[in-house]
Amino acid sequence: MKYRDEYRTPDAARAYADAIARITTRPWTLMEVCGGQTHAIVRFGIDQLLPESVSLIHGPGCPVCVTPIAYIDKALAIASLPGAILCTFGDMLRVPGTNSDLSAARARGADVRVVYSPLEALTVARENPGHEVVFFAVGFETTAPANAMAVYQAEREGLGNFSVLVSQVLVPPAVRSLLERPGNRIDGFLAAGHVCAITGYEEYELIARRHRVPIVVTGFEPLDILEGVYRCVRQLEHGESSVENQYSRAVSRPGNRMAQQVMEAVFQVVPRQWRGMGHIPESGLGLAPAYRSLDAETRFGAVRDENEHQGECLSGSVLRGETRPDQCPAFGTRCTPEHSLGVTMVSEEGACAAYFRYRRQAGGSTRE
Amino acid sequence: MPPISVIDDKPEVQRVSDARDDHCPVIREDHTIIRLAHGGGGRAMAQLLEDVFRPAFDNPWLEQQHDGAVFDMSGAMAFTTDSYVVRPLFFPGADIGAMAVHGTVNDLAMCGAEPQYLSAGFILEEGLPVSTLRQVVDSMAAAAREEKVRIVTGDLKVVERGKADGLYINTAGVGRVLAPQPVGPGRVQERDRILLSGDLGRHGVAVMAAREKLDLESAIESDCASVVSPVRALLEAGIAVHCLRDLTRGGLASALVEIAETAGLEAHIREADIPVREDVSAVCELLGLDPLHVANEGRFIAVVAAEHVGQAMDILKRHPVSESAREIGHFVKGTPGVVTASSMIGGSRIVDRLSGEQLPRIC
Repeated sequence: MKYRDEYRTPDAARAYADAIARITTRPWTLMEVCGGQTHAIVRFGIDQLLPESVSLIHGPGCPVCVTPIAYIDKALAIASLPGAILCTFGDMLRVPGTNSDLSAARARGADVRVVYSPLEALTVARENPGHEVVFFAVGFETTAPANAMAVYQAEREGLGNFSVLVSQVLVPPAVRSLLERPGNRIDGFLAAGHVCAITGYEEYELIARRHRVPIVVTGFEPLDILEGVYRCVRQLEHGESSVENQYSRAVSRPGNRMAQQVMEAVFQVVPRQWRGMGHIPESGLGLAPAYRSLDAETRFGAVRDENEHQGECLSGSVLRGETRPDQCPAFGTRCTPEHSLGVTMVSEEGACAAYFRYRRQAGGSTRE
Repeated sequence: MPPISVIDDKPEVQRVSDARDDHCPVIREDHTIIRLAHGGGGRAMAQLLEDVFRPAFDNPWLEQQHDGAVFDMSGAMAFTTDSYVVRPLFFPGADIGAMAVHGTVNDLAMCGAEPQYLSAGFILEEGLPVSTLRQVVDSMAAAAREEKVRIVTGDLKVVERGKADGLYINTAGVGRVLAPQPVGPGRVQERDRILLSGDLGRHGVAVMAAREKLDLESAIESDCASVVSPVRALLEAGIAVHCLRDLTRGGLASALVEIAETAGLEAHIREADIPVREDVSAVCELLGLDPLHVANEGRFIAVVAAEHVGQAMDILKRHPVSESAREIGHFVKGTPGVVTASSMIGGSRIVDRLSGEQLPRIC
């Protein structure tokens, strides 16, 4: 497959792994931010190719995982209203709220519809004028432009029965928050290529300078990730801390201006509660005042912004990269995708789900 | 079709004016859709059977118009059943009718049997266009002719509008066992090789694309097809076929995990050797699906003794449905019930069953 298979060739992977081993003189800990990268690493066994002194830790870049439980509960409450139609991306369906999840709510009769694009939710609203149609707008900067476009469009059309429940989060504030945590052990970052395709990476340059940490904007294929690791280690070994763009086939420094414009028109930066990461200032997007009437929280009541109790689940620590999924005592025993204690085990992009799916052995050992 | 001047227990009637004589309006029914009366055992049902089913499935057993089919059997037989509930009913490459025949026939083949007779049970939703039913039934008949199986008995029920998704079909099948020894996961041994009959993922992706109206540039067609001929050829050639499994729901991953669990062995496969068409792979990539989990309707794996691999591969490649067969791995003692895959870049991972339903991801 063009643009894919050439990033999966074993010889090139081996060559990168050898190059990384050659230049590494000290232990380094790198965090890949995005859940898609985590899955690629675990699925292809990329970490198995690296020298022992280079460890990859997995970051908070799973939009489903960091959505606070209060939003899931709100979505459930809206879905259970008579006549309401809740539209959502597929992977929100099995994320547990306090007492249930959207998949179970649907089984009990709630009208919950999986859409592939927020614009489909608009179609649902047009076709069901007598129903309140709510789109659950979740995600990082990758989903924000399309979600913003749906809101913009609905406003222009005067679709009075459409609203959005917004839980949009931003990557750079989360990266900053991780770097500022006491005991932080992250030496370098692989930034999420798809996020940067939208936002560009100027903001990351400030972070790299201020925290003296190399950041490599990285793609999602095995060779992308290996090259990202190589560039990051090379900077660390040379005592450098700048932003490099490994994913130049998709990312430019200023990013996608048109996408940014629609985001800026519809959203404004707001503080956000992150599951597992706590309250982070200026880390999310909410609807700008001009679009407030399309906010599901205006129509159906505000989501309570509160700290949540994780119980036995270590997903907070997993999301911060402090615990590897297979180090959790509940991993694979009391916590599996079918009976999960936390969202990182249920989400398609959750780190625990990746380890369960691809590495599920006693003690989480990798197999050769 | 001639109008039937019968008023049923729940008539959907429309008054129409006779163009020639306005004084005498007649009550005429809508014959173009399925009504509850079609499942009532009365005249409407008889008419439907006569119009749609009998001509399509024409055979001496149905001609007897008996409560069941009577035939001779001897020796080991295989017996299987499956229900078909696909939405949409028609999708690129096949439809629910073709699936209902090929699916059950393939299940018999997986038992090492030669399919002979099928039953067909239909649950129709009130309001289903008769033309749709006719199309499905004709497609079943064509598939049955191709498979050389007879649909010898059947049933028909109609449920109220909204209580079913157009139509559901159940087929059961019996067939004569060809394999000299039982074929099944219990017979799989260490060092046995895993042969995959062709590329993966086309059926699942074709149906999902049709259901969700994904606007794909390339037309991906279901692989729905009979796999009877290569299986028969393997068995007739005396290949030590230890296990056969079709790769329907749950895909290759579920099939291998089930076999590994029952056999108490570890299966090891090489991802680089598993053929997935480029466009199928692209859609899977886009939606976050693993082709190993996606359903197929014309693919199977044969687990054969290591010494028969060459001969078995030659046989598979001679049949169009399995011409792109590949050897993809083998069984080892390892960890019982586990399937491992060496990744394209040389790493290793576990292959697990699909957890829950397949859901497209956010980004």
